[in-house]
Amino acid sequence: MHSLKALIRYCLMWVEGWFDWAFGPKWNPTYCLGALGYFYFWIVGVSGLYLYIFMDSGIPASYLSVEYLTHDQWWLGGVMRSLHRYASDAMVIMVALHIIREFAFDRYRGSRWFSWVTGVPMLWLIIIAGITGYWLVWDMLAQYVAIASTELLDWLPIFGEPIARNFLATSHLDGRFFTLLIFLHIAVPLVLLFIMWLHLQRVGHARINPARGLAVGTFAMLLVLSFISPATSQGIADLSRVASPVELDWFYMWVYPLTDIVGPATIWIGSFVGTIVLILIPWIPPIKKKLPAVVSLDNCNGCTRCAVDCPFNAIIMAPRSDGAVFDFEAQVDPDLCTSCGICVGSCPTATPFRRASALVPGIDLQDPSLATLRDEMEKQAAKLTTPGSVMIFGCDRSLKVAKFKSASIATVSLPCTGMLPPSFIDYVISRKLAAGVVVTGCRRGECHYRLGQAWMEERLDGIRDPRLRERVPRERLARFWAAPTDGRTFARDIEQFQRTLIDLDSKATDPEQSEAAQ
Amino acid sequence: MKMRQGIQLIAQAAIYTGFAFLLAYFSSQPPYERVPAGSALIKLSFAHGAERVGACHKRTYEELMALAPNMRAPIDCPRQRLDVKVHMKLDDQVIYQASLPPTGLHNDGASITYQRLVVPSGYHTLELGLIDTDRTKGYDYLSKRQITLTPGQALAIDFKPGGEGFVYE
Ligand code: HEM
Ligand code: SF4
Ligand code: SF4
Repeated sequence: MHSLKALIRYCLMWVEGWFDWAFGPKWNPTYCLGALGYFYFWIVGVSGLYLYIFMDSGIPASYLSVEYLTHDQWWLGGVMRSLHRYASDAMVIMVALHIIREFAFDRYRGSRWFSWVTGVPMLWLIIIAGITGYWLVWDMLAQYVAIASTELLDWLPIFGEPIARNFLATSHLDGRFFTLLIFLHIAVPLVLLFIMWLHLQRVGHARINPARGLAVGTFAMLLVLSFISPATSQGIADLSRVASPVELDWFYMWVYPLTDIVGPATIWIGSFVGTIVLILIPWIPPIKKKLPAVVSLDNCNGCTRCAVDCPFNAIIMAPRSDGAVFDFEAQVDPDLCTSCGICVGSCPTATPFRRASALVPGIDLQDPSLATLRDEMEKQAAKLTTPGSVMIFGCDRSLKVAKFKSASIATVSLPCTGMLPPSFIDYVISRKLAAGVVVTGCRRGECHYRLGQAWMEERLDGIRDPRLRERVPRERLARFWAAPTDGRTFARDIEQFQRTLIDLDSKATDPEQSEAAQ
Repeated sequence: MKMRQGIQLIAQAAIYTGFAFLLAYFSSQPPYERVPAGSALIKLSFAHGAERVGACHKRTYEELMALAPNMRAPIDCPRQRLDVKVHMKLDDQVIYQASLPPTGLHNDGASITYQRLVVPSGYHTLELGLIDTDRTKGYDYLSKRQITLTPGQALAIDFKPGGEGFVYE
């Protein structure tokens, strides 16, 4: 299991590297699969609303109204129908990739179980929404779906008389069945939307819209496809004929051919067991919960930065309980905390320059605490001997920085890059612990803890508190965002950086040369 | 720089196109054949209750007095039904035969069946027989027909008591 995960992860990182190259991190679709899911959902919703306006219910009225849209009004109604179909199909692909990705990158365990578990019912709802949609058209495909679905449902011991009998012959058809289907086809997506909202309740700053460039490209693709290969019907349903061969939408209908092979019992028991297993996956095998972040009220001034920055909505600002002059205090919900440390990096009191008191910030991880990180940093820096020395702050989830340790390279690894308060960089350079600092972490737009990399970058760029101070010479700071597979480029870039540092130092110690340079 | 951006745009277009192909193809291909070409389908399905297992019986005075006052119905009828026995022959070959038990908590409901039988198309003699009583010889309903099934035809056969019983649709 472990190696399977590692293999999928490796493949994903490889593909994502290429996508990064083609799209850039901001537009990279693999980094916002969930947001693309939302985007497809809106397309399906809007096009569905349009189709509904023209849809007649009943037999053969529903078939004829879809035919009207497809042929007489192909330029809008037909396009809407095609968008409705293709965006629904795209949603299935996106959800499949989304699950694989969250699974392979281990983003569903511990405190993060909630999004996973709420995701599971969505799988059922998406399939049901798709199936009922195809049913409404009442063409030969709809007939196939109607018969195959009711036969499958009849395996369950819940209906007295088989519901497949409703589709035995034309005389058995009942208009009320179609009214029920229209109701389902509207109600199920609404429930889906509700769960999509629920899905993100523990995700702070969730990305529900793809970047504009990606949205435009995706929509253009669907639009062009709708004109080139419009969705059509497969002839009016006729129960005196067998719907075979039939052109299936395999994204939604794979279950029927599978039923023909393995039988309905295997399908139902498999789906039932599969659903239970999927729900339990975050706890198989159980993992030891890491210690959550803790607030030190003596050091918290209620500035709210940690609550804003926490990627998992684990911090709330509560009324002050200790009588201090501030209005609020930070409170951590240990059940939601993933121990990423990003809040520590955002706390203005987390600075290594504090010598008067022990280094206890307003909010801190228990393992590793900020004080141990400072001690580690100083211990490592003391070992540096050669010129052009660098201090690398790296995140455990990306490159393992400890591997790069040498006489000129000191490393400190963090649970997430976002845990590093920018003042640490200032400290290293102003106290000359090393000639330069390298910050590494997950690829841009692709942080294991969702936002650590993004916040870090904004803090370094001076657009997010706490900012890296102006006085820090920027040429002594390098950033390298990388996947664990990017080690070779990393080593090369560090070497290059060290050479520039040596250059800088020689200019600084040799005033004549630096004057000449000016 | 321009050159690189151009290549990136082409790469994006290629990825979008690949995705579009994936959507277009698998939303209708490959076609699925549930019934082999050239064959036809006979669907036999009905819900029909057979006779009760025994005759009704008039309770004696003693029997009535033994019951709770609100349960003293003078006639006692068994609720359980018999099995419905059914068979279907195509060109003298039995293609379906069953003894269908009644449904319901007290075995008092209809016997139910839903069968899909894939058969060769063409000219056939079809025979259907059904027993819904406790008879041991002959049939309560027997229906024999010459039929011509075209390839891809779906013949539905229901059952309604009375007359010929079997309803061909
Ligand atoms: C309609 C279908 C779905 C949509 C639209 C959707 C959307 C999203 C979005 C927008 C995010 C947040 C991404 C971010 O900003 O970091 C997310 C996260 C997540 N989703 Fe989904 N999702 C869907 C289905 C599923 C399913 C079926 C599963 C799994 C069974 C799943 C598991 C997760 C997990 C584990 C996370 C990560 C939460 C975290 O980072 O702690 N999702 N989803
Ligand atoms: S460590 Fe801090 S930022 Fe991370 S989840 Fe816990 S409270 Fe939120
Ligand atoms: S960032 Fe620090 S000081 Fe601000 S509210 Fe959070 S713990 Fe308190």
